[in-house]
Amino acid sequence: MHYSGFKVIKEALTGHRGWGPAWRDATPKAQYDYVIIGGGGHGLATAYYLAKEFKQARIAVLEKGWIGGGNVGRNTTIIRSNYLLDGNEPFYEFSLKLWEGLEQDLNYNAMVSQRGILNLIHSDAQRDAFIRRGNAMILNGADAELLSTAQIVERYPFLNVNNARFPIKGGLAQHRGGTVRHDAVAWGYARAADRRGVDIIQNCEVTGFRIENGTCKGVETSRGFIGAGKVASCVAGSSSRLMEKAGMRLPIESHVLQAFVSEGLKPLLPGVITFGAGHFYCSQSDKGGLVFGGDLDGYNSYAQRGNLPVVEDVCEGGMAIFPNLGRARLLRMWGGIMDMSMDGSPIIDRTHIDGLYFNGGWCYGGFKATPASGYAYAHLLATDTPHKTATAYRFDRFATGHMIDEKGMGNQPNLH
Amino acid sequence: MLINHPILGPRDAAEFVYKGDARLIHRPDWQADDAVAQFTDYGYLRDNPAGLHRELWFHEQGDRSWLVVTRDTTTHEITKVELARDVARAEGRSR
Repeated sequence: MHYSGFKVIKEALTGHRGWGPAWRDATPKAQYDYVIIGGGGHGLATAYYLAKEFKQARIAVLEKGWIGGGNVGRNTTIIRSNYLLDGNEPFYEFSLKLWEGLEQDLNYNAMVSQRGILNLIHSDAQRDAFIRRGNAMILNGADAELLSTAQIVERYPFLNVNNARFPIKGGLAQHRGGTVRHDAVAWGYARAADRRGVDIIQNCEVTGFRIENGTCKGVETSRGFIGAGKVASCVAGSSSRLMEKAGMRLPIESHVLQAFVSEGLKPLLPGVITFGAGHFYCSQSDKGGLVFGGDLDGYNSYAQRGNLPVVEDVCEGGMAIFPNLGRARLLRMWGGIMDMSMDGSPIIDRTHIDGLYFNGGWCYGGFKATPASGYAYAHLLATDTPHKTATAYRFDRFATGHMIDEKGMGNQPNLH
Repeated sequence: MLINHPILGPRDAAEFVYKGDARLIHRPDWQADDAVAQFTDYGYLRDNPAGLHRELWFHEQGDRSWLVVTRDTTTHEITKVELARDVARAEGRSR
């Protein structure tokens, strides 16, 4: 079924009896060419691009619970490509370009809103760093503009630019950044992949790998053995738990990151803003809630909930630039499990086991990467060579000293 | 989270800095034949278990001692807190 304005009007006039499920509830077959483990944004995008761009067939996505129930349903919905390093920026810019055409490509309204992202500057040194970052972005085909305090006040009159400790001295804007309706990304990819014949199998937990003579032959699941030509792990915060079943230890720690949404307010915040002196980022959802977040809790966790000191820290960061936030009540807060890698950058690579592939280590930047991650992973799976924007995301970069450490924090995952 | 410090009693976890897996106590021998592989493992690979995890916490805003905390990563429940110094000695470190 093709979605269109005409279809909506037709259904409205005929009692909405013509809508069907957006994807089939598939039962597992005995053998596939590709089994993708993890029905989140990245896994579903991988399946979609495998089928569409790389003309592959016999693809299954296995999901332990329901699709889109993990981090793609728990993030703060921001898209951007304002990275500095060569290993990262072309990849994220590729992702942003895919976001720009996503809805037409998927025939699904993902509410992609390029409302712009603004990173605030609070010191001269930070301005220098952001000028450098902006230039790196422009060199890689992204857009970046340095804004003065006056230009910022014009757009965001409520910001406290004269905070005694962290005055706002300017900002680096990426006007093509913005937000996307996160659940719709999972659902849109699921529907589009399903329409190209991908089997989406929910309530199917992978319990082990069948590895014979160094080759992965398939996966043991809660719904029986499923054979596969290629097995692709794509499970974010659960990466270590899953790959341990294949005998692998990863350069990853799982950490909890909290996010928050306020009660619904009238339109107040037109774009995405980030506080440069602490760690706070905020946008306003279309329902009116201020969606914001900050630092990790900072200790290994699989609990999907955090503790109060970080709540206080995030809200303090918000209040420093955005004093009227204090009048809004917090509606909800939640946690997601981040696959924090040792250098803060992801991995899309083969493993030492033939037929077993890995995609993970997204830290808390996985959502914006969803389309490019899926595309690059599909490229790797279909051709056994990395996509040209993802050549740096190798497992062996830690051993060879080619870390992609955007923040220069070293091998301390909770600082990335 | 409260960490029951062996000397100071229950302290707010916010007073501490988290380092990671308590295996980091044992730095590899830099003269070993496979020292490069050992240091790659030490520096970059982690077990990252879901369940009990022995981990290093530094009491930065307190007595500046290093602790080994045994905590369940699925519930955040802390079941054991030891001084890292005692753990290191019991596991054969000389200093």
